[in-house]
Amino acid sequence: MKPAPFDYLRADDISAALSALHDAGEDARVLAGGQSLGAMLNMRLAKPSLLIDIMHIEALGAIREEKAALVIPACVTQEALLRRSDLHPLLAKALPWTGHVQTRARGTVCGSIAHADPSAELPLCLALLGGEVSIRSRRKRRTVQAADFFRGMMLTDLRPGEMIEAVRIPLARKNQRFAFTEIGRRHGDFAIVAVAAMREGDTLRLTVGGVNDTPAIREWATLDTADIPDALNDLAWSLDARDDLHATARYRRDLMRNLGRIVIEEVSS
Amino acid sequence: MTTLAATETHTVRVRLNGRAVEGRATPRMLLTDFLRHELHATGTHVGCEHGVCGACTIRIDGALARSCLAYAVQVDGATIETVESLAPERGRLSVLQTAFQRHHALQCGFCTAGILMSLDTLLGAEPDAGEDRIREVLAGHLCRCTGYQPIIRAALDAAARLREGDADA
Repeated sequence: MKPAPFDYLRADDISAALSALHDAGEDARVLAGGQSLGAMLNMRLAKPSLLIDIMHIEALGAIREEKAALVIPACVTQEALLRRSDLHPLLAKALPWTGHVQTRARGTVCGSIAHADPSAELPLCLALLGGEVSIRSRRKRRTVQAADFFRGMMLTDLRPGEMIEAVRIPLARKNQRFAFTEIGRRHGDFAIVAVAAMREGDTLRLTVGGVNDTPAIREWATLDTADIPDALNDLAWSLDARDDLHATARYRRDLMRNLGRIVIEEVSS
Repeated sequence: MTTLAATETHTVRVRLNGRAVEGRATPRMLLTDFLRHELHATGTHVGCEHGVCGACTIRIDGALARSCLAYAVQVDGATIETVESLAPERGRLSVLQTAFQRHHALQCGFCTAGILMSLDTLLGAEPDAGEDRIREVLAGHLCRCTGYQPIIRAALDAAARLREGDADA
């Protein structure tokens, strides 16, 4: 449970971090809060030759609002976001489920997005809200939609030499309603199934985490109350629920039907 | 800004429980090992070494942290508080520690150092924390022998005594 040896660079600014990332290529990893990467390193699931610590880059430390979106740069911790007074209603519901108090204090929002665990709450929220990931390399910037960013289990659209500079989350509009719930073995553990819902007028949008390799998104233009059980049953069977150490596929489908009903009722009431 | 080489040891300076101290660490040295082996502060316990059990919980710059999910080189220049910081003086325990004793909130004591740090931080920030908040914070820790009920009773008792200003509880 000790990591393999690595060089360590504490970057003072983003250009220094990006240069080092460029020079080291695939062998380098960006280290922010270290709450996911640290576990991967200690278990030797990741063995980078260089860690680039970005947590001392002041320019990446403050949340801002820009063009009807909340911009959350790479060094913002989950706790800092949670303490925001006018927090997005979905994030206010989902963030308390993200890890524990003890890990949220250091774990970053962008780090959770970069880690892309299939059962993590923040990727699920980003996908539901149609957020964007701002990516930067030494010479280029690009923006990727959440739905395109998550490519597989712990696999993202990031290429060697790139890092997440920020994530952008559209601000909530008055006519939107949100709900979130999940089931895990212990509060703060990874979800067996997590479900988030958003209603805007008649349009209902649902994302499911913990089942497929990436957040699964469904949208209904209208959904009558009488049709909800069938719609959720179809959804549960259409996803790739599998048996594993934590739960059976059947239990996961059952959770999708039940948790789905709970969040739909919450956004519809 | 220089890269610290993997194969060499580097000086790491921290303020540990109010004292300026330093030690040597390779970049991969966990903060837990740095605290225990370099700084000889063995109050912090090492359990799972991947952030799940909570035994190694400390405060870095005032915020709770798993010291197994931090490397010593990351905290160079930081202020660190461990379980050794809780007792107000030699031979005297804090209100929370005394409550643990009173309620038999520990058996083997392995998880205790981390739990005390989390609960001390909670009660410091939220003196009115009730059972729900205590349970939420405790969820970040695994205890395999005491059972959690005495720990919750101790935390509630300590919270009540701290609110009454009972420093010598």
